[in-house]
Amino acid sequence: MPATYLVSIVLFGITIVPMLFVIVDGFRSTGDINSSPVGVPHPWDWSNYASVLGTAPFWQFLGNSALIAGVATIIALVLGSMAAFALSRYEFRGREGLFTLFVSGLLFPIAAAALPLYLLLQHLNLLDNQFGVAIPEAAFSLAITIFILRPFMRAIPGELEDASLVDGASRLRFFVQILIPLCKPALVTVALLTFVNSWNQYLLPLLVFTTESHFTLPLGVATYQSQYSSNTAAIFAFTAVSMIPCLGIFVWAERYLVAGAAGAVKG
Amino acid sequence: MARTETASSGQTGPAATENSVAAGPRPGFRRRRGLRKKIELTILLTPALVLFAGFVLLPIVIAAYYSLFNYSGFGPLNDFWGLHNYKIAFNDPFFVQAIQHTLILTVLSLVIQLPLSLSLALLLNRKFRGRGFMRLVIFAPYVLPPAVTAVMWSLMLQPGGFVDQVMQAIGLGRLVQLWLANLHLVLYTNFVVLTWQYIGFGIVLLLAGLQGIPTELREAAAIDGATPWQVTKSVVLPLLAPTIRIWVFLTVIGSLQVFDIVWILTEGGPADASQTMVTYMFSDGFRSLEFGYGTAIAVIIFVFCFVFSLIYQRFALRRDTAGALTRAVG
Repeated sequence: MPATYLVSIVLFGITIVPMLFVIVDGFRSTGDINSSPVGVPHPWDWSNYASVLGTAPFWQFLGNSALIAGVATIIALVLGSMAAFALSRYEFRGREGLFTLFVSGLLFPIAAAALPLYLLLQHLNLLDNQFGVAIPEAAFSLAITIFILRPFMRAIPGELEDASLVDGASRLRFFVQILIPLCKPALVTVALLTFVNSWNQYLLPLLVFTTESHFTLPLGVATYQSQYSSNTAAIFAFTAVSMIPCLGIFVWAERYLVAGAAGAVKG
Repeated sequence: MARTETASSGQTGPAATENSVAAGPRPGFRRRRGLRKKIELTILLTPALVLFAGFVLLPIVIAAYYSLFNYSGFGPLNDFWGLHNYKIAFNDPFFVQAIQHTLILTVLSLVIQLPLSLSLALLLNRKFRGRGFMRLVIFAPYVLPPAVTAVMWSLMLQPGGFVDQVMQAIGLGRLVQLWLANLHLVLYTNFVVLTWQYIGFGIVLLLAGLQGIPTELREAAAIDGATPWQVTKSVVLPLLAPTIRIWVFLTVIGSLQVFDIVWILTEGGPADASQTMVTYMFSDGFRSLEFGYGTAIAVIIFVFCFVFSLIYQRFALRRDTAGALTRAVG
């Protein structure tokens, strides 16, 4: 048992201390950081954080990320659950083949697709446009969405469906009014996975956006670092602040994300 | 017969399920029901199919086509090169190196991260106070955007920065290096940061797998006199094998397309020493406005992923997922 605690402490150090270091250094001045990179701030200087939170770029990046991840999640969820419904509760020729096709999306790397996506978006006039990022991200999330939702929808007893059909409801109504509410846990997991995936994307936004006011948060952080390399303290503060949304979502929704990982195991 | 073949599903499906709609009472009724089902299926499936075909499948087709041209990204596509872009790629020592680097990162991920996450998962699967908290801690880096992780580590890896200071404080000052500037080291520095970011995913996946193993099995083995190590080796690991196989699959596919962290830390440098396939595609295809060439690199990356999936599905994963993917590709 002592070994367990020892390893736990080391793990905690390796995982959390780097984040704390960035947050704490955000409270120091650039001069202090340059003369000694590691140290306790004295005095605690709030001006770095104040200037990050008080100026437009951070909020713009945050808003763009939320918009893009939100749109991608809604599209993937609506279209994915419709397709999963058809693939789980209808009998038709080619059903398994179609399911396989969607799931094969899991092995299509979005990184390899980024460059041709750029060319496609150029044709569609979606370059430097938030939807130009949100729509492909939704498309790439369909695979995991259908993969997780189908077994879940399948497991819901057929008697429920028969009962609602006898009551005169159509199958589409059964889907919207009964099946969707029953699938809520799986839907939440899938929504979170899509949202976080989209939120964390870097390569596609890097290709698509040229106007800085369209940047997402990860893209904004990386650009900020290279643009303001002399103002080290500001970079620390900016980086620290941009960790907060992800960690916040994570602490709030940890069990769903873990359920998603577990879902991948059980298939 | 107006039965249930929909427009959307007609062309796919090597493994169609047998349609077993019982003969309806009246032909008219049956036809109407068949038509209705057809409409419903079309409404349900078409939007997802269009999105998927347009933005997941089509890019690969576009890449394959554009890779046959000399194309700068603007103007007409009329300078047909055939396979010349591919010839250039494989004759470019920097691209060959980028492939090597990518494969090194992939192998390192498997050889180092698997034992590491396995032993940490076994440890965190024990009952102890603060276990829930530790699981939260270990998964936290995984949810940070890789770009943010990279900026964070580039701040810490500066000469004389956080990492160097910590090493000095614990008596390892002599080992301090120019982590991001040393040609022989930079790839491994990148690997450490990648491990920091992704190890939590492996641990959480394996923990989920471990929880699926009934405790009775371990207890029974222990009662029969097996040592803890024997229980782990002969009972736990075999039962964990499906989870490990999925982790291997996801890790290899992920490693083959490493970009964010490497690009922000080093831009593939210095002197291409940490170039991966995707950073090479970005710098030599996109940034230098060689779109024909870049799409050829994209096709090569895709082939790497696809061939690996094929082989892996056939020989390893088939037993687990009952061939959801095998059927498509095998």
